[in-house]
This record gives sequence, C-alpha cells and structure tokens, in this order.
Amino acid sequence: MLNDVITMIPVYIMGHKYDVPLGLTILKAMEFAGYRLKRGCGCRGGVCGACVTIYRRKGDYKLKTGLACQTQVEPEMYLTQLPYVPANRALFSIKSVSARDSDVTVLYPEIMRCLQCGTCSKACPMGLEVMDYVAAVMRGDLELAVELSMECLMCGMCAARCPAELSPFNIAMLVRRIYGRYVLPRSPALANRLNEISEGKFREELEKLKRTDQTTLSQMFQDLQAEKGASV
Amino acid sequence: MAYPMEMVESIRRVEATRNTRVGINFPRLTPDEKNALLETYHPDFRLSKKREIRIGANRGDLAPEELVHLLESPSRLDFDRVDIKRADFQTDVLVIGSGGAGVTAALTAKEHGAEVLLATKLRLGDSNTIMAEGGIGAATLPEDSPSIHYIDTMTGGRFKNIPELVEALVCDAPFIVDWLTNLGVNFDRRPDGNYFTHMPAGHSRRRSHSIKDLTGLEIMRVLCDEVRNQQIQVLEFCPAVELLLDDRGQCAGAVLYNFDTEQYIVVQAKRTLIATGGIGRLHIQGFPTSNHYGATADGLVMAYRAGAQFIYIGFIQYHPTGVAWPEQMLGLLISEALRAQGAQVVNVDGNLFVERLETRDALSSAIIRECGEREKGVLTPTAMMGVWLDTPMIDILCGEGTFLQRFAGIQSRFEKYGIDPTKEPILVYPTQHYQNGGVRINAHGETNIPNLYMAGEVAGGVHGHNRLGSNSLVDIFVFGRRAGISMVEKLGEVQLGAPTLEHVKDHERLLKEAGITTGSVSPMLLPDYRFEKALSTVDHARSS
Repeated sequence: MLNDVITMIPVYIMGHKYDVPLGLTILKAMEFAGYRLKRGCGCRGGVCGACVTIYRRKGDYKLKTGLACQTQVEPEMYLTQLPYVPANRALFSIKSVSARDSDVTVLYPEIMRCLQCGTCSKACPMGLEVMDYVAAVMRGDLELAVELSMECLMCGMCAARCPAELSPFNIAMLVRRIYGRYVLPRSPALANRLNEISEGKFREELEKLKRTDQTTLSQMFQDLQAEKGASV
Repeated sequence: MAYPMEMVESIRRVEATRNTRVGINFPRLTPDEKNALLETYHPDFRLSKKREIRIGANRGDLAPEELVHLLESPSRLDFDRVDIKRADFQTDVLVIGSGGAGVTAALTAKEHGAEVLLATKLRLGDSNTIMAEGGIGAATLPEDSPSIHYIDTMTGGRFKNIPELVEALVCDAPFIVDWLTNLGVNFDRRPDGNYFTHMPAGHSRRRSHSIKDLTGLEIMRVLCDEVRNQQIQVLEFCPAVELLLDDRGQCAGAVLYNFDTEQYIVVQAKRTLIATGGIGRLHIQGFPTSNHYGATADGLVMAYRAGAQFIYIGFIQYHPTGVAWPEQMLGLLISEALRAQGAQVVNVDGNLFVERLETRDALSSAIIRECGEREKGVLTPTAMMGVWLDTPMIDILCGEGTFLQRFAGIQSRFEKYGIDPTKEPILVYPTQHYQNGGVRINAHGETNIPNLYMAGEVAGGVHGHNRLGSNSLVDIFVFGRRAGISMVEKLGEVQLGAPTLEHVKDHERLLKEAGITTGSVSPMLLPDYRFEKALSTVDHARSS
C-alpha cells in the first residue's frame, strides 16, 4: 500500500458514498472515510464481535453479515454496523442449574419454537452452524452444542435475524457453562494441588526462594530447563 | 490474495530445509548471550526513544516517549461542565475497566457483600483478555509446583519481580483454575479428567491451561455472563477521565464521560479499582500492536495525576510473533502455543537462527537482529519485514490434523486471505504486546493512594522487566480476586472528605511552571486512525 498505485472504490456507509482504497477491511475503510469509532470497534482481530456489520453487494438482493475487521470492502458495497442487539437473556444461578436438558428449556422455553429454517446460521459472521447447535440443545446433546458454538463471539446477529425470536447465542452460553461446570470431568491432580497449597506444603520452600539470590535462582532455572530437555 | 511472488520464492527455501529441521533445536542462549542480545537489539534499550518524566511521582524516570507525552498533557476534562459536589452515583466499590481483572474484582467484591458499580470505556468485556489465545499458567500437575512456577517467573522477569507478588501469583493460580471451572469455563481436558496443559517459552513445566486457541474469549464470555447473573450495575461506553480525591488525598471515586450523551458522570466511591489494561495503542516506537482498540494508557494517566507511583514503566513487551503479512492482520498475535507445539522460527533462507522457546524478549530481539543487521528478513509488498513461523512443522511433529484441532481460530483467520498455515508458514515480526510495569501494587492490589486499587496490566511489579507467556491471564484473575476481597475489608471504616479535582489542577499548574506544552489532552480514550492513518497504522519499526 505504500508504493503501489491505490485503486479507489465507492462504498456506501449507511447510504453515504465514500471512495476508499481497494484491499482495506470494512473497519479500516470506515476509518479512511473519517470515522473515529466508539461503538463498532473492538479487538480489531476477529475475536470480540464488536464490529459486526450488515452489508449487501451491488446487484444482490441478499443481506450478508461479517466482522468489519475481517471483511474486505468491495465496490458498491452497502453497509451498516449493528453493534448492539437487545436480545433476551435468562437470569440463572450457575450453582443451581444442572445438566438435565429440561433446565435449558425452562430458562428458554421459546427454543421449542425453532423452525429449523437456518436463518441463524446464514446470519452468523463466524460461519457457525447455529441451527445445528440449537437442534443439538433440543435433543439434549450438550457436547455437540458446546463444540459447534465454541467460536461464538456473542455478537447477537443470530438473535436479530431469527424469525422465531430465539436468542441462540445466549442459549449456547448457558449450555457451555452447564457443560463446563457439570459435565466435563474434574481434575484429580488439581484437587490434590489445592489441598497441598491449603495445607501449606510449599510455604517454607517459597519463603526460602523469596530470599534466594539471583545467581542461585538462575542456576536453578538452568537445571530445570536441562531436566525438561527438548520436550515440548 | 495468498502470498505475493517475491515471498513465495522464500517459502520454497523454507520448504527445502523443512525435513532437515525435524526434531532439531537451535542451541539455547546462555545467560550472557541473552543479556548481550537484549542490550543490543531489544527496543527497551533504545534510549533515544525514551524520555525522562519531568513532573510527578516518577520524575526523572525514563519511559517511552509516547507515554510521557500523555503524562505531560493537561486533562481532557472540562471543569466548567462538571459539578463534583453532586454525585450521580454513590457506591461502595467503583471498578473502572471490564477486562479480566476488572470483571473479576467486581464479581469478587459483590460476592463479599459490597455494592459495585462497573464502568467501562467500550462494551462489557472489551479488553485484551478476550484476545488471549494461549492459556493460563498454573502449577496443577504433580510434577509441577508453585515453587517451580516461582523460579520460572522470576527468571523471565530478569529477577526484578517483587517476590511477594510472585508468591501470591503462583500460590493462588491453581485456585483460579478451579474458580473458573466452577463458573463453567470449558478448559481442554485429557481423557483422565486432568487439564490439557502446554509449556510456553520460559516455563519449565506444562502449566498453561487453554481452551483451544480461544482461551480469553471463553473465559471472558463466562465472566461477563456471570456479571449479568449477579446483576451488577454496568455503565458501558462510559470511560473514566479523572479520579476524585478527597481533601486528605484519599481516592474518592471518579468522573466518567458518557460517550453517547457527552455528559460527565460523577461517581463517589469508598473504594476504587483501576483495571484499564495496557498501552499498545500508543504504538510505542512505531511498532504494530496486538492490543485491543481500547489499550490507550488511560488508567496510568489518571492515576499518575493523582499521585500514584509507577514501577518498571519503561519496560515494554514485544511479542515475537505478531503477524507481518497480510497487511489486514498486521500486529495480530500468533499464540506462543504454536511454538510450544513445535513451530520453528526461520529466516528468508529457511534457516534456524534462534531456538523457538526462548523468552519473548530474547526471541523478539533475535528477530529484530535477523531482519536488521543480518539482512535475513523477508520483505513484504507493504515494506514490512518479517521472518517465518514454520507452522506446517506442527502437523509433521504432532500428527496430521493437530493444527486444525488446536488452532482453528488462527486457521480460519488466515484462510480469509488465501493462506493455509497447515501447508504454508506465517510471516511474523515482533508486535507491541504488553506493558510489563505499571502502578506499583502490593499483594492486596493496594496502591500508595488510600482506597485506590489496581489489578491487571495497569499494575506493575509482578512480572519484573519481562512477563512470561500464560502469566498474564493468571495475573488478572489472581490480583482481580485479591483486590476484590481487600476492597470489601473494613469498608465501614472508610471516611471520605469532600471530593476534589485539585490534583488535576495542580498537575496543570506544574506543567505550566515547567513550560511544558504538548498540544494534546489526556487520557487519550480512543486512538485516531482516520483518513490516511487508516492505510498504515504503524511506522514500520525496523531495526535501527
């Protein structure tokens, strides 16, 4: 972008035409156009969902979604950001829910209204199979629902587009938390370690280390590194 | 887009050496070699890019000039538009910032009975935490121990860490893994139920706990969800612009600024926590950054005016593997976990020049040397330099499909630009990643200002001069929880006088007396990438 001739293309940000360089992401194109974003910009790396954008290509009747920081502008693209969706979220206590599938349907009874139309999956800027994880939740297959929803950025586009008015991303959030707390196996090693620390097993050793000089600590580290060898 | 021709030619050379590199490790640096490398090539040692702070508690200390500029700018607060005698909110605890540390402190203070107000500049959860790919460091395995974690952390920090803070870090770390698990975080598991852990650079044991390459996202989602369940009051898009002190110099809350209505909000609080994160968006020395849009040093600036003391403020971490190509992903972090899984770092000729598991400071320095003095870097069409992270090595070493299973997020981000990291290497260059120092805290998160607490990246001391990978995620939760607990202790005994902004006016007076003018106001709140700045947000820092 430094030396090459820059090709300018027209884009329509909320209907206003701007000429921006080809090759920019929507986010950088908006900034090039003069936007100093408050809403609609977050990690700038595709993992936070703040910059979700609805757009339509010239000549296409379909509305598409994408993250502004990950989607490149195209000539005559019509776009707007949708940084907030007032989606339904159920209040619950993680201590009193359980892995029984009925808990999810009590908190989100509307899940049974799902038409399996797939609009949610089409709306997902991450390309997740939202409809499939909703179906998995309805079948009680929490493991599959967790797997299919793990990359969800909670942007809310699925809820904004769902004709049955579900909030799939919040349903998946509940399911992942239930799965993480109640279904994944507990680590015996962690339980042991917590006991050891509580009993003060390392207290004396650490007191000594806190008073150990730099040269000795450095040598201890070298020995530990030699011990671990080339393993990864 | 894929790779342009001039880069493909170098990729062929990387492919040609790949088989000869299987199982080969470049010799580790000796402590002396490492010191020499750092002193010659690490950006922290470029004294010409640092400046003396001329006013305040750390007067005379060297800090990055971009930060000094903000510290030496007058407040952005419009005094005529705010009446601090009229509080919009009164609360026990005010938490400023909603990344991992802030949200953890808010939840913990609430759990211990305090009334909590959480104010944040952008959305709830918007932070560097959400971007953390690699994992959370905790000695949970039988062959590991808090003591070994202590030795590794001190060594990584060049022995400058405050021992009591490191002790707190390593002893609380396993409890944090348990706390997060109980909140419903889906940590990767082994078939026996124990956690899947990996060994980032500078650690001597496998102790980094991850959730695929989405560790921060999964944890932050869960914590924000819990904030909603606990019905903690959250003010989004309301950054703090100045702290309030009382007539005895105690912190008494903060003045917020509502981005939407452009009105000030006065919050009186018995205890205030700053957890505003780091400074990547200042683009220290022109480096790209892996940091969130909001990482603009606001907390440091506000606290410094109020009299807070910095420690190790001149020490910045450059993560060795930031993306150098494609331009759209410039500066984005590529997790250390890729190197832990076997990806080597090689130059334009496909040759090893550094061991892949050197600590971040050393590896960054080696890459800067390779691209600079040794002229063995790869030049991109946007005049960025980089070296190769040889990602296809992961499937060769760990079995086909490993990369996709562990690093699906990285794969999908590169695929958008026609690059397949399971088949082609990734071009990397150091990216500004972390502020190693910050406001000095003790093991309870207290600062030198009564009733002002800090947690997370904005605080300093726990990591010494250089933080180890996986020690940041654990830091924010350990000290977020500790500060959350200690903010509630003796809450009834807090006696606050009338709130003032005299310290802010004093700061401006000092600037005038010293004849300092910067042409800016601070805190910055938002970076400015408008117009031509959108084309190249960095001043491509190449080795000098």
